[in-house]
Amino acid sequence: MSFSIRSVGDATVVQVQGQLIVGNRQELKDLVLARLEEGARNFVIDFAGTGYIDSSGLGVLVSVSKKIREARGELRLASLNEDLQTLFELTKLDTLFQIRDDLEEALAAF
Amino acid sequence: MEFVREIGGIEDAVEELVRQCAPVCADTRRLYFNFRVGLTEAIANAILYGNGRDPAKKVRVELRLDDAGIQVQVTDEGRGFDPATVPDPTLPENVSKPTGRGIFLMRALMDDVRFNASGNSVSLFLRLAEEADVGDSARSCR
Repeated sequence: MSFSIRSVGDATVVQVQGQLIVGNRQELKDLVLARLEEGARNFVIDFAGTGYIDSSGLGVLVSVSKKIREARGELRLASLNEDLQTLFELTKLDTLFQIRDDLEEALAAF
Repeated sequence: MEFVREIGGIEDAVEELVRQCAPVCADTRRLYFNFRVGLTEAIANAILYGNGRDPAKKVRVELRLDDAGIQVQVTDEGRGFDPATVPDPTLPENVSKPTGRGIFLMRALMDDVRFNASGNSVSLFLRLAEEADVGDSARSCR
């Protein structure tokens, strides 16, 4: 299983284990959109256990971010390691997402 | 040489190729990040766009290791494309698009990326000498 999902207060926290790539991106999208459909609005995707993300993984984050915004919700990303931070900076996606150092910080701001 | 047909086979193929490169590349960050992501992009593009997700078509992945570096060639059975027509995904008008970052990441993370004339084969090169940053085009793998 690449993803685990839980509720913390008003927030829905998705943890990505291993990698977020073309082979499992749809699973993440389905999970987040199902919670959005159920009424969840505040989301944190936590990458503390994530090794790497490819362009498809970045693309699915862009896609779910848009869906969450359209539903007047908010998405934050947390715990990017140095490599993942580099990916977001190279692609300029660090300008598109709210990125927090860790899960605690991401949750505190809701 | 590896053959990949479907999206689900990418991860295993990439891990096997990274494993084969490990003895010549002591810089684990460069191997497990730059090379792994660059190679994943190349194979995914070949399956998704080159072969149009047709499982009857193969993607051929050839790895060459020498003193200069790691070279991997990824070839699909599609008609190819012109990589010059792919827009820059970092431009303001493209940043919020969900697709279009694969070739950009290959070029950003590998030292050299070359397509053949028809665009159905891409050669990625990771150098084994010199020093620079991870997002730079010239960093040591040693």
